[in-house]
Amino acid sequence: MDIGRDELREMLRLMITIRRFELKAQELFEEGLARGQFLGALHSYEGQEAVAVGVCAHLREDDYVLSSHRGHGHAIAKGAEVRRMMAELLGKETGISRGRGGSMHMFAPGIGLMGGNGIVGGGTPLALGPAFAAQYRGTDQVTVCFFGEGAAAQGVFHESLNLASLWELPVIYVCENNLWAATTPIADAWPVQDLAPRAEAFGMPGLTVDGNDVLAVHEAAGEAVDRARGGGGPTLVEAKTYRHRPHCMVIPEHRDEEEREKWHARDPIPRFEGRLLEQGVLSDIEVADLRTEIDAELEEAADFARESELPGTETIHEHLWA
Amino acid sequence: MRNVTFVRALNEAIAEEMERDESVVLIGEDIADCGGVFGVTAGMLSRFGRERVRQTPISEAAFTGLAVGAAMAGLRPVSEIMYVDFATTCMDQILNQAAKLRYMSGGQVSVPLVIRTQQGGGTCEAAQHSQNFEAIFAHVPGLKVAIPATPYDAKGLLKSAIRDDNPVMFLEHKLLYEEKGDIPREEYLIPLGEADVKREGEDLTVVATSLMVHRALQAAEAVADEISVEVIDPRTLVPLDLEAIVASVRKTGRLLVVQEAWTSGGFGSEIVRRVVDECFEALKAPPRVHGSADVPMPFSPPLEQAVVPSAETIAEAMRTAAA
Repeated sequence: MDIGRDELREMLRLMITIRRFELKAQELFEEGLARGQFLGALHSYEGQEAVAVGVCAHLREDDYVLSSHRGHGHAIAKGAEVRRMMAELLGKETGISRGRGGSMHMFAPGIGLMGGNGIVGGGTPLALGPAFAAQYRGTDQVTVCFFGEGAAAQGVFHESLNLASLWELPVIYVCENNLWAATTPIADAWPVQDLAPRAEAFGMPGLTVDGNDVLAVHEAAGEAVDRARGGGGPTLVEAKTYRHRPHCMVIPEHRDEEEREKWHARDPIPRFEGRLLEQGVLSDIEVADLRTEIDAELEEAADFARESELPGTETIHEHLWA
Repeated sequence: MRNVTFVRALNEAIAEEMERDESVVLIGEDIADCGGVFGVTAGMLSRFGRERVRQTPISEAAFTGLAVGAAMAGLRPVSEIMYVDFATTCMDQILNQAAKLRYMSGGQVSVPLVIRTQQGGGTCEAAQHSQNFEAIFAHVPGLKVAIPATPYDAKGLLKSAIRDDNPVMFLEHKLLYEEKGDIPREEYLIPLGEADVKREGEDLTVVATSLMVHRALQAAEAVADEISVEVIDPRTLVPLDLEAIVASVRKTGRLLVVQEAWTSGGFGSEIVRRVVDECFEALKAPPRVHGSADVPMPFSPPLEQAVVPSAETIAEAMRTAAA
């Protein structure tokens, strides 16, 4: 693995930032509940940080990301402003989508973040678009589509892989297989328990990777991004991972404790951090400093979100038409 | 002026816009080598090449999503859904994605996309090839809806739709493709949101769209001795030129909306609602809607004819509305 120290540190920083963002989001959500305000469905990315960070490490600002309903991690890894994401969760005018999108619809087209999606699988055909535009214009931009294994049961997912491969589009389909689609285990959804083999049917490479190992994700994604950038067409990457929380804030935990403990033991953050410490890439003090820096950023982001103004109700018709 | 078919008018609009703007690309089933099953994109492949005329597999959801995403990334795709009935397989991409992306992003992205398709009955193709869905698209905020009746309107509106920065549903009619009409030799555009008075009259305002414009004009001629009918074609439902309709109703005091879509829950009811809101006091008689019978389109020819408004049934509806 030929990754420089600064990049490794940055990957760790992003992973911890995502984790801390989710914890802070939880806090804000509970503050809202205490005020009698339910701030929509919040889908936590905790546990899956290695996937977004390992993939987005290869992306340039002008590359595109199409995200899912569980998209906070993708946005942070693509470089979105954390304070504006936090403000979005509270529906503030300063939010990353001016408070019109919320948790599932964070947009920052200036950095290629083309939004999350409230429809499971809804982003899979959309991702073909920026990829097609790049191919048509002859640029070497790539598009990454993140989706969960739940989306891989949708018809449109298969149509999208078919067209991506047929037209050799520069798109990388990254399945975050966290084993549960809302409350339905994968065993009740897929006759075959792996996704990557489906790639073969569409004539594209399929890779399976440990989604809790950021370096493994980084390596697989690097291969896929290089292929797309070089005109070699799409790749399907299946990252096996696990979410630490239930599907969303309103659904109680239904997964058994043994399974959860097994996956918590493979938490991608301590794994990566331990490795960096062990190999002397970072020292204890440097990691502690990093955490302090991130905590301060998140505190500031939460204050920014709390103190920002709500949009005026007279603006409901704004932003509908171009 | 030149006398051209509806198909020819559409074809010219597309070619002119492709010539003018390299970001315009065509996407759809059977649109390249055969030029579209109705011939609208005939000749595009040889003129603009396979890079810009992208024939797809039968995958409406995938290619519509692709078109929406490409529009977000700055292209101006014109996609074709062969029959509006097939749009049901990509409604997520139209109603949830295209219509909402700009709003959900707080105005950061735009979707300059035209989805062309054709609707309507009259060809014995039964219930899944004969529907009229304008009300569905017009119901969802974020989509513009164009529904032209003449070659002149079709060309001018399509050029405007392609230049518009919003998603536009462009609804053609399968029975109108061979209809001929005069269009100017020089370039022209028709803005979205401008109604056209197709016939002037004093006693009754008839608002009609698409094929029904032609049948309403025939009916108006048939009842001309009894009733002076004004026929208005809004040409686009979103945006709707309510002003033109209201001005006419203020003059005539009576309103009949004629649509090929099912009578119940259609856009005709919406026009009636807006007219009632706007100028109830001007109405001398109950405003009415005449549309298709509320049944799936039957195959058998006499049944199909009985379902859709004809010049005769429209004339009857005119007499009722004017009574």
